Amino acid sequence: MKTFNLVLTGVGGQGIITLVSILDEACLVQGYDVKSSELHGLSQRGGSVITHVRLGKEVFSPMVAEGRADLIIGLETLEALRDSNFSNDKTIFLVNKHSMGFPGYMPEQEVAGSLQKIAKGGLHLIEASEICKKELGKDVLAGVYLLGYAVYKKLMPLKPESVLRAIETVIPEKFKDINIKAFNLSEKHD
Amino acid sequence: MGNEAVVKGALAAGVDYVSGYPGCPSAEIGDEFGRIAEESGVYAEWATNEKVGLESAIGASFSGLKSLVNMKSFGINVCSDSLFPLAYTGTKAPMVIFVGDDPSCHSSAQSEQDSRGYAYLSKIPVLDPSSPQECYDFTKLGYEISEKFNLPVILRSTTRVAHQRAPVAFDVPDKKEFKKGNFEKNPHQFSTMPPRVMEMKTELLTKLEKIKAFAEKSKANKIIGKKTGKIGIIATGISYYYVMDALEAMGLDLPVLKLGFFYPLPEKLIGSFIKGKSKILVAEELDPYLEKEIRVIAKNVNPKAEIFGKNAGSEPSRRVLPETGELNTEKVALGLIEAFKIKTSKIFKTKKAGAQIPKRYPRLCDGCPYWNILPVIKRALGQDLDKTIFGGDIGCNMMAGLPPHNMQDYMFSMGASMGISHGVSRSTNQKVVSLIGDGTFFHAGIPGLINAVYNKSNPLIVVLDNRITAMTGHQQNPGMGKTVMGGNVEMVKIEDIAVSCGVKHVKTLDPANMGELESAVKEFLQKDEVSVIICRHVCALLERRLKSNPDLGKFYINPQNQ
Repeated sequence: MKTFNLVLTGVGGQGIITLVSILDEACLVQGYDVKSSELHGLSQRGGSVITHVRLGKEVFSPMVAEGRADLIIGLETLEALRDSNFSNDKTIFLVNKHSMGFPGYMPEQEVAGSLQKIAKGGLHLIEASEICKKELGKDVLAGVYLLGYAVYKKLMPLKPESVLRAIETVIPEKFKDINIKAFNLSEKHD
Repeated sequence: MGNEAVVKGALAAGVDYVSGYPGCPSAEIGDEFGRIAEESGVYAEWATNEKVGLESAIGASFSGLKSLVNMKSFGINVCSDSLFPLAYTGTKAPMVIFVGDDPSCHSSAQSEQDSRGYAYLSKIPVLDPSSPQECYDFTKLGYEISEKFNLPVILRSTTRVAHQRAPVAFDVPDKKEFKKGNFEKNPHQFSTMPPRVMEMKTELLTKLEKIKAFAEKSKANKIIGKKTGKIGIIATGISYYYVMDALEAMGLDLPVLKLGFFYPLPEKLIGSFIKGKSKILVAEELDPYLEKEIRVIAKNVNPKAEIFGKNAGSEPSRRVLPETGELNTEKVALGLIEAFKIKTSKIFKTKKAGAQIPKRYPRLCDGCPYWNILPVIKRALGQDLDKTIFGGDIGCNMMAGLPPHNMQDYMFSMGASMGISHGVSRSTNQKVVSLIGDGTFFHAGIPGLINAVYNKSNPLIVVLDNRITAMTGHQQNPGMGKTVMGGNVEMVKIEDIAVSCGVKHVKTLDPANMGELESAVKEFLQKDEVSVIICRHVCALLERRLKSNPDLGKFYINPQNQ
């Protein structure tokens, strides 16, 4: 199998590092070699956070090279656009339709328009934060919801069972059920 | 994760004593030891700074305990004063010193430092891992070398190794009990008093020769790929994986010498690799130290070989990799293409988003007490705001320099605001307001404060005391009355220190009382002497973490302080 390249991007505080831990564990469950890269500290404090996950038979670098992503999961719309340099014409974008504004933020329509243009391989723009807030009362579950979406819609080579087992291992007891709910909720998504 | 693998490696080697100071990308090591120390029969602590942390481990080593010291890149600058004599005395029980460099400065103000340079200054062996597995293996190797040669070993990691996650095969060590050491007097070995110190230097050089022979045979250095050919690559650290990725993407098989030892270098192995090759590319993070060494080795064994890399000596056309910023697969691929004149269609094509994307700056967390402090200081300054000079320091208060605050006219290193603010205050008639966090104050702020009192300047120092070393992930410090292992201790009060240093105008307040803060700033700005305001309010993120997970209280709440 060719190495599968995933870029996972968003804003500090959205639970991206936890998502990476779940993904890594799921890859191990499924018998893949996996490497991932993340940043801590200053780079995490409400700034842009980009992480890389690569899985396959034998993975060398933990970083996805520019233009080589198979899938870009964006937990925030502008951040997905920011990291579109990792995409090529086949890359699939799975993006949370959710803006976390700051002074100087681009008009939302312009962000979505640019994404449409760039995502030649396909764009799934999903209101994950809103769905999770409405159904589960917590928008921070948007990441796990999108992960479920990627897995159930077969946008990446992981099985739902592997990820569910990873959630069992990685997530503290108290939050397990709600994470599993968020993951499975996406199965019903069109 | 790479840093977790260092913990496993140290446990497998039977570590007894862990000290250090938190920073990115190293803090996870001390944090993890804090959580597991008790059950693992290990003593763990956060020291007030890296120098004290190293010295603490030196005491443990001299008493017969295996030690680990952990710090970020700049930590080695702080501890270097004791690092150099340690090379002379050597260790008694083995010691590994972990240093985390941060190419591209993702989490590091200050400079893009390559800590491998300390190998030359201190003459201490340096290992350079590429992956979490090597973080584990090289930590164990570090203890082996240290045990064998009685020298500390520096394990130098970088962000992409330290925060790289990958499967790691490791041993689960046997259950271990806390060990008490025994200090056997030996001033001949432990005191660097001249003229004995000169003998010690000779002893050190002899040890290095032996370690060099050890490095020549070590499996930490290996040759991968095709065995023959006129062109080859020498790589170390994370750059090795960029090389392998670039070769795979271009469908090339070339000989690669991967070096795990940075110091001392296995010069014979390198020489035999270079022999018969016409072109060599050297791939390493940060400064071209290795490249320069290889150029010297090539001069002896194969003077015609062309060495490509970042520095390229007298041949600018051989400069095929950038010296600023971290490397990646794309940069290494371009370097290979340029150096070896590779004809390939498989280069990395990228496309940029059409629009200019506005930058998202890191910001203070929601509910952060600093959100109260910064605007109130501005308001208190009123018309003098533009004339006021703002000193900045390391930690969450760095964010004062970013929009919307823009309150930072200089920012250097841990505690540096104290010295620079004094210098500006002494040199001008301008008013200086200097911001510093509690962790940074304990780390290196105190000598600067004493200096400002002693040498009579008049900055207003505002200590943003959120009761925790927050930026690096909530590490305990002397101000909170808790240790990394969850022990309750006396809370060291910053106001008491300020008074003891001779500061006459000291006020401690909760910044939630904005009126009180505003009048304190206004009052102290009129003073001709140093003044200190301590704004004490617990970090909002920590408060929320404790609320959602009360079990954490063991590590953060001292009932005596409540």
